[in-house]
Amino acid sequence: MDNKKYNQLAQSMKPKSHKIKNSFNAFIYGGIIGAIAQFILECYMTIYDIDELGAVPMMSITLVFIACLLTGLGLYDNIAKHAGAGTFIPITGFANSMTSAALDSKSEGLILGIGANMFKLGGTVITYGIVSSSLLGVIRYVFTLIG
Amino acid sequence: MFSRLLDNVYIMDTGTVCGILEHQGPLGMYFDKYYQDYYCHEKTFEKAERRMLRDSLDICLKKIDMQESDIDLYLGSDLMNQNTTVHYLARDLTKPFIGVYGACSSFTLTLALGSMLIEGGFANKIMTMVSSHNATAERQYRYPVEYGIQKKNMSTFTATAGVSTCIANMKTSIRIDAFTLGRVIDYGQTDPNDMGRAMAPAAFDTFTNHMRDLKRSVDDYDLIVTGDLSHYGLKIFKEMLKQENIDTSNIHDCGCLLYDASKQNVFQGGSGCGCSALVTMGYLYSLLKEKKLKHVLVIATGALLSPIMTAQKESIPSIAHAVSLEVVE
Repeated sequence: MDNKKYNQLAQSMKPKSHKIKNSFNAFIYGGIIGAIAQFILECYMTIYDIDELGAVPMMSITLVFIACLLTGLGLYDNIAKHAGAGTFIPITGFANSMTSAALDSKSEGLILGIGANMFKLGGTVITYGIVSSSLLGVIRYVFTLIG
Repeated sequence: MFSRLLDNVYIMDTGTVCGILEHQGPLGMYFDKYYQDYYCHEKTFEKAERRMLRDSLDICLKKIDMQESDIDLYLGSDLMNQNTTVHYLARDLTKPFIGVYGACSSFTLTLALGSMLIEGGFANKIMTMVSSHNATAERQYRYPVEYGIQKKNMSTFTATAGVSTCIANMKTSIRIDAFTLGRVIDYGQTDPNDMGRAMAPAAFDTFTNHMRDLKRSVDDYDLIVTGDLSHYGLKIFKEMLKQENIDTSNIHDCGCLLYDASKQNVFQGGSGCGCSALVTMGYLYSLLKEKKLKHVLVIATGALLSPIMTAQKESIPSIAHAVSLEVVE
């Protein structure tokens, strides 16, 4: 049996992936997180009388804190198992990637462990976040020169 | 290929220690000891894995009523880089030690190597030790333990276990009557989350070599188990055998036997060298002792992947080693 034949055989028996179910779950869980975030935002704005500009970052920080806490308690991965992209794409996913990496490497100490490994997974987001925002900045600048 | 019959290699006894999920699985009652959590009263997962293996060694030594220094040679293997668990454990041993690596096929690899040394007269008593731990393996091969990600449904679940087995040239009720060492097989599979598919051809190769070399057939065995092909890999393996007109009714997989995949959240089934070792030395060994099974072939499969090579888009080399266990009449 050659590679091609084997691939055909294996492909024909592949267990079904639940793409529609996963997408639906992601939509629901992502929506719930969005609703919670909106609720927190409204609370900050009405109860503490903070303007929207100040309340938005506070809401983000609150969400990050909740995600970190749930990761530390070992609950986040259990939720994410069902939620998939629903918990992965929002800011909570980024918080979880950092906290889980930090938790994993805490046994190697503060410098070589937590410090060096915290951005092991989240680093990609930061690197390409900065690169793409710089590029967009350049493009915008060029457009303003033309315009 | 490399298959040999053995005359003088017997299994003295074994020690099996597992984690909570393995204990809750369908075979839980066959294992000597279990731990409630992944830390096993230790500070790190790596130490926890070592502790489980040490426990299994102590249990095995106690069962055969021997001291650690009565063993001539220790053979050990685990999944960590530099064989961390067994090498750090071997610091406490006063006898020579050989660390080998065969990924998840290590269980039968160490048994086969030990059998050769005993059959050749180089040693009288050899202890083989294998271990795997879900958290240490996840961390090294995949993602942080608490990382929230939806895993592919072809994934397997690394078993948490430490298993020690003592083999010797003194007659007992169960012997190792033959073994086949495998070749490294690569069918161009690149997905590290789908190891059953990568390893099935290796199991097939070792299986056919074993049968051809020793002029045996599936009918010579009461049961043939593969190591950790999981439900998906086992399906492919069986289909490959069916295409050669081989009966597959007495072929199973340790990864499927260890957990109840319909109730436990283990995706396609168990993996890791602890998986085949637990099922063989816990469950099958008990059945052999009770003479419910007479002749069993264990083909432990291993995906010899490295995370760096996977990131460089290289395909996964796989291997399988077979060991045949027989009840002595």
